[in-house]
Amino acid sequence: MATTTVASDLATLTRHSLAGLRMLLAFTLVTGLAYPLAMTAVGQVAFPWQANGSLVRSDGAPTTSRSDAVGSALVAQGFTGAEYFHPRPSAGAYDTLASGGSNLGPLNPDLVASIEGRKAAVATEDGVTAADVPPDAVTASASGLDPHISPAYAAIQVERVARARGLSDAAVADLVARHTAGRDLGVLGEARVNVLELNLALDVADLRP
Amino acid sequence: MIGVLTAVLSPVVAAVAQILVLLVLLAAVHLPLGAYLARTYTSPNHLRVERLWYRAVRVDPDAEQRWTTYLMSLLGFSLVSVLFLYGLERLQAHLPWNLGLTGFDPAGAWNSAVSFTTNTNWQWYSGEAAAGHLLQMAGFAVQNFVSASVGMAVAIALVRGFARSGTDARIGNFWSDLTRGVVRVLLPLAAVAAVVLMASGVIQNLDPHTALRTVEGASQHVLGGPVASQEAIKDLGTNGGGFFNANSAHPLENPTPFTNLVEIFLLLLIPFSLPRTFGLMVGDRRQGWAILGVMAGLWAASLALTTWAEMAGPGAAPQAAGAAMEGKETRFGLAASALFAVSTTATSTGSVNSMHDSFTAPGGGMLLFNMLLGEVAPGGVGAGLYGMLVLAVVAVFVAGLMVGRTPEYLGKKIGRPEMTVVALYVLTVPALVLVGTAVSVVVEPGLAGVQDPGPHGLSEVLYAFASAANNNGSAFAGLTSGTPFYEVAQGLAMLAGRFIPIALVLALAGRLASQTTVPATSGTLPTHRPLFAGLLAAVTIVVVGLTFIPVLSLGPVVESLS
Amino acid sequence: MTIDIRNAPAGSAAPGSPTTGAGEPRAARRTTQRALTWAQVRSALPGALRKLDPRVLYTSPVMFVVEVGAVVTTVLAVVEPGVFAGWIAVWLWATVFFATLAESVAESRGKAQASTLRATQRQTTARRVVGAKDMPAAGSRMDLPTVEVPSSTLRVGDVVVVAAGETLPGDGDVIEGVASVDESAVTGESAPVIRESGGDRSAVTGGTVVLSDRIVVRITAPAGSTFVDRMIALVEGSERQRTPNEVALNILLTSLTIVFLLAVATLQPFAVYSGSRQSLLVLVALLVCLIPTTIGALLSAIGIAGMDRLVQRNVLAMSGRAVEAAGDVDVLLLDKTGTITYGNRRATEVLPVAGTTSRELAVAARLASLADETPEGRSIVDLVDAHHPSVECGVFVGSEPADPTNTQHSTGGVGLPDGAELVVFSAVTRMSGVDLPASATGGVRRIRKGAGSAVELWVRGTGAQVSAADGGQLAALVDAVAGEGGTPLVVAEQVGEAPARVLGVVRLKDVVKEGMRERFDQLRAMGIRSVMVTGDNQVTARAIAAEAGVDDVLAEATPEDKLDLIRREQEGGRLVAMAGDGTNDAPALAQSDVGVAMNTGTSAAKEAGNMVDLDSDPTKLIEIVEIGKQLLITRGALTTFSVANDIAKYFAILPAMFIPVFPQLDVLNVMRLASPGSAILSAVIFNALIILALIPLSLRGVRYRPASASALLRRNLLIYGLGGLVAPFLGIKLIDLLVSLLPGL
Repeated sequence: MATTTVASDLATLTRHSLAGLRMLLAFTLVTGLAYPLAMTAVGQVAFPWQANGSLVRSDGAPTTSRSDAVGSALVAQGFTGAEYFHPRPSAGAYDTLASGGSNLGPLNPDLVASIEGRKAAVATEDGVTAADVPPDAVTASASGLDPHISPAYAAIQVERVARARGLSDAAVADLVARHTAGRDLGVLGEARVNVLELNLALDVADLRP
Repeated sequence: MIGVLTAVLSPVVAAVAQILVLLVLLAAVHLPLGAYLARTYTSPNHLRVERLWYRAVRVDPDAEQRWTTYLMSLLGFSLVSVLFLYGLERLQAHLPWNLGLTGFDPAGAWNSAVSFTTNTNWQWYSGEAAAGHLLQMAGFAVQNFVSASVGMAVAIALVRGFARSGTDARIGNFWSDLTRGVVRVLLPLAAVAAVVLMASGVIQNLDPHTALRTVEGASQHVLGGPVASQEAIKDLGTNGGGFFNANSAHPLENPTPFTNLVEIFLLLLIPFSLPRTFGLMVGDRRQGWAILGVMAGLWAASLALTTWAEMAGPGAAPQAAGAAMEGKETRFGLAASALFAVSTTATSTGSVNSMHDSFTAPGGGMLLFNMLLGEVAPGGVGAGLYGMLVLAVVAVFVAGLMVGRTPEYLGKKIGRPEMTVVALYVLTVPALVLVGTAVSVVVEPGLAGVQDPGPHGLSEVLYAFASAANNNGSAFAGLTSGTPFYEVAQGLAMLAGRFIPIALVLALAGRLASQTTVPATSGTLPTHRPLFAGLLAAVTIVVVGLTFIPVLSLGPVVESLS
Repeated sequence: MTIDIRNAPAGSAAPGSPTTGAGEPRAARRTTQRALTWAQVRSALPGALRKLDPRVLYTSPVMFVVEVGAVVTTVLAVVEPGVFAGWIAVWLWATVFFATLAESVAESRGKAQASTLRATQRQTTARRVVGAKDMPAAGSRMDLPTVEVPSSTLRVGDVVVVAAGETLPGDGDVIEGVASVDESAVTGESAPVIRESGGDRSAVTGGTVVLSDRIVVRITAPAGSTFVDRMIALVEGSERQRTPNEVALNILLTSLTIVFLLAVATLQPFAVYSGSRQSLLVLVALLVCLIPTTIGALLSAIGIAGMDRLVQRNVLAMSGRAVEAAGDVDVLLLDKTGTITYGNRRATEVLPVAGTTSRELAVAARLASLADETPEGRSIVDLVDAHHPSVECGVFVGSEPADPTNTQHSTGGVGLPDGAELVVFSAVTRMSGVDLPASATGGVRRIRKGAGSAVELWVRGTGAQVSAADGGQLAALVDAVAGEGGTPLVVAEQVGEAPARVLGVVRLKDVVKEGMRERFDQLRAMGIRSVMVTGDNQVTARAIAAEAGVDDVLAEATPEDKLDLIRREQEGGRLVAMAGDGTNDAPALAQSDVGVAMNTGTSAAKEAGNMVDLDSDPTKLIEIVEIGKQLLITRGALTTFSVANDIAKYFAILPAMFIPVFPQLDVLNVMRLASPGSAILSAVIFNALIILALIPLSLRGVRYRPASASALLRRNLLIYGLGGLVAPFLGIKLIDLLVSLLPGL
């Protein structure tokens, strides 16, 4: 008796599963292929730059060609040279194939130690007191690819960059201001400075007589 | 002008304004969308494309199903979904558009197949390093659509149970509900959202990841992939599985504070609209308002606490850094990260724009609590509504007695069979979370995955099982979950945490649909007034609180008091 | 129809005559059983100890878990003796014991009544009629030969003869004769009642005593399952089955218990992970404090006490299900007569037609009613005597006083002249009246009273033209009276062979009982719709309904109409309650969700209903509904209280458990309890004592005042929700102050 019930239940489930399989295949065609391909077509036609990764050339100009590009305006690069503004620390060494954060807990002693270490390093490098080092300079971003730094972190780097490039602080600060975005719509998110765009602008400025 | 505003607004004012913008958008859209959803699931007519569809897949969309049949269809569909996805993952090496990536190992494939089918989207793998474009599109994205539609179908079936009177437990047709959810709701909305995201910088192409030389001469990969189309449904369907490992923190998934708001809006959109649908379908909009009020109230309270915690930044690391910016993106800052985090954990989405593991102790604890609430404030698409309605039955049961009648909700008596189902429902997920966590913190393979020492390690494991059993998918990602132990255990938790409650809810729906509706009188407990809404919120918190206070007190509570 | 003389106005029932129902329920029965006395507790002790048997206790999962915990802690305390372990074990046993005590006390209250009832159960000898079954229906069984048999051998259908002074050997229906019966053993009412064959007063109950006359009774219940047997079983609670809502609540409590079991069982791994392994003793203590012991312990006592409260009001519920259903009632069907109005219509006014004085009409009406022993007839005499005193002493012919010597003024109030002939009401003429002998002033004087159409027919028959003016006015009067809910009684007279003439109309009116409107207002506030059921016509019925304040009427109702109404309401999902006594009522009583049969009623009615009111007071339906609601509210209130308590217990126990490893948890010790040991023990003691403290409440039921659901919810949430949150903080702190004085803790 029990076995026949199980058998009939299994038969019912099989019948429903077969209908389910036909459904799933249909959904795969529609939502798994037609939908993303259609969206790709729209993107490539209407927003080719954005859809291809917001790539920029070395002169800072947008491009859709990967071979021309030096990076994506949306992806951090691990600038280390004194003449460049430095991005936030990355838990994944700015590797785009290993995005992510440190995931260290708020009380983690290792995290506290590395924050203290970074703070000391930044303070030394940029010639400020540890108290003046802003939080984003010493904390790893969530993605490891955060393209932005806070205006405060940019501000403490101005002097070092200007010195390394032989530019005036004011000229560099001016470039920083031009590459600073406020909150979206005035209230969304936070103000930030795009490091790659700023650094490319510095390079461009250097080429100018 | 905007610059002036930015300069003037203090972070707190900006944070509040940002929330208000979101609320205004939701308030404007939830009424028409709620009504549209109600029409979608009650209209007797099929679209022409749907008729073709049904003919092609050879199902009868008009056959009213008893709850048992409805459940069979749902389980059959989910079963083949798991198998199909498992196959795609295992065979990735042999499929086109695989970016040269190999197949998943068996344990990992099992975990991910279950994860996406159950609307959890827990990711032990890193998207950019493990999943090719075909697997993302034809595997994960498809489940993003259909698992969300399954959730809505179950919620609608339960609502029908309340709305119908004296049927022989017939609660609709699963195939029709599933199809309409995708064709009429998710697909059109996702397409619009995908366009908005593309315009704002989310990538959408089919290119592989190729290396380029950076400004300083290092090598970095340019990423490719159909991201925007997947991002849209990931949030709209409260799925949460990111195309990339960093999920919505990744600048190519969520490039600006504006897209951030769009994504938060998307993940709250359907959950906050469904109470309206519920109110309309049971013929009393006030009932929908009450449910919405409880969901919104709990969400707002959680948001207030989390935002406060993140902006105050207690704890050794945030104090050392000067703010709780570890694991947060500059463009979002503290407020938008807290807003996203609360919304994603309160909706069973699980996508993240910041790393929850690095949140302050009270903030991270709050995110954990959001999931432990059972994902009801407002919860996942469909799952939130049916979870909240089950809790409403519990609240009605106790409160109903206190007005001197045997309990009834929306004219349906809550007797022994109903209570049995509800009791099992309330028991299932806490049992999965507690047992899963307890086992993991004593066995060697479980302890091996723990990253942080002390109480936070316990929080990480608890978070993992809370997330899996509640089908959220976010993580305190310090936990190394890509091990066979966690892959199998989490898979079991996700599977049981999804389908046992669904079976119980459908049983409840069938039972309710076969009852005759009792007309309300002034002696009936009014379930649309603030008093009841307050009671429901209290029941939600107390039931969860009493269950999890012991373990929470050894995790986030101790951390917060440190 | 319900005839309930007790409720009629004073004076309408002959003093000293046996009543058909019981009088006021014995006040003594209500008060002595209400308070919880030490004597009751003492007598409940043995039962409480017996209930500790795990084979009995397992039906209450919550308390079963506590008992297992008590056993475990006892073993631990024995293996490793210590003050703390000892106290914990003692108080866990106390917790279980208080629960069984509550149930036992609740039962003991019924047992007292059961023993009274059992006294009527002694073996009696029945005189069984031999060959009764072969008797032709017409003949008398009174004088047939009988054999004496023990009452326990009687079977359904046997016929017995019972004479004055004998005890009825079993339940049955009187099939012949009439007798007064002392039913005090069952109802508690000492006044004897009339039992007679036919009609709705034919049921007799085994164990009651015939006081006068002889009756022949057909046995309707086999020995061992008579009404008294069932009553005993019910009040003792031996047949008690859990009611549906109680079962549902038990499921919720069981699932909460499992949740807490999981929470506590998994706490050990978490504690081990955190480096502070807990002792089994502490974990058991925590578990017992968390599971809903308060409601778990008192749940069955609440149910038994609810039934018992009905018993105290002389209502026997045949099932607990009916008591619960009473709380849910949406529609109350109430018979007009005897429930909403006093038993009988009463004359309230005389309305003469033009050309007749009211005095003339009054005199004629009185004469026509002097020999009319129906309540209506008597009420006409009462009215005229009260309002036209000069009429009382004599018989008037026309406007002149009659010869006083012709007047026979007896104590019975009959003042008819010699030779007067009574005309009895007949179904053919539908009139009654009197023919007075011819006197000096005229011929034989015939006075008739009756329904308008009948009298008019008679008047026409005498050759009179009901003149346009006269008739028009009469019709107007009749309509006016009827329109106001009264019954018009037309009076006419004929002197000699002259054409008869109409004198006027007597208004007969149902008098609504005092306080009914308020009761119906309360019912409405509770969400219950009242429907008045009456055989009256629509107009009359509506007028009375408006006066009484009922929500709806079922007029010109036949038993079928009543049944249909109940079915219709039930199809709409509503629960219906009604009271009834006649055989006619049986189908409706059976159909209704709460059917209260009057004890005076037929056995068919008593079988069909699910409650029996020993006082035979149909207004008691309202009290029954309130008791049902009170029962449910008590359950809900204590459940809420029980769950709300847990918050404070966490604050007491969790810091105590983990402060050694996490000192920062000390901020959660908001009660500043003395030590971890005293904190845990105090919580356990509070948990036990609160059960004891709430036993009286669970027996008495929480206070219930009719109000809307919103008002009730707000009030009870405030008292039991908020109270449940706060009380344990205070209680545990106080206990801790004492416990911390214990040596060795």
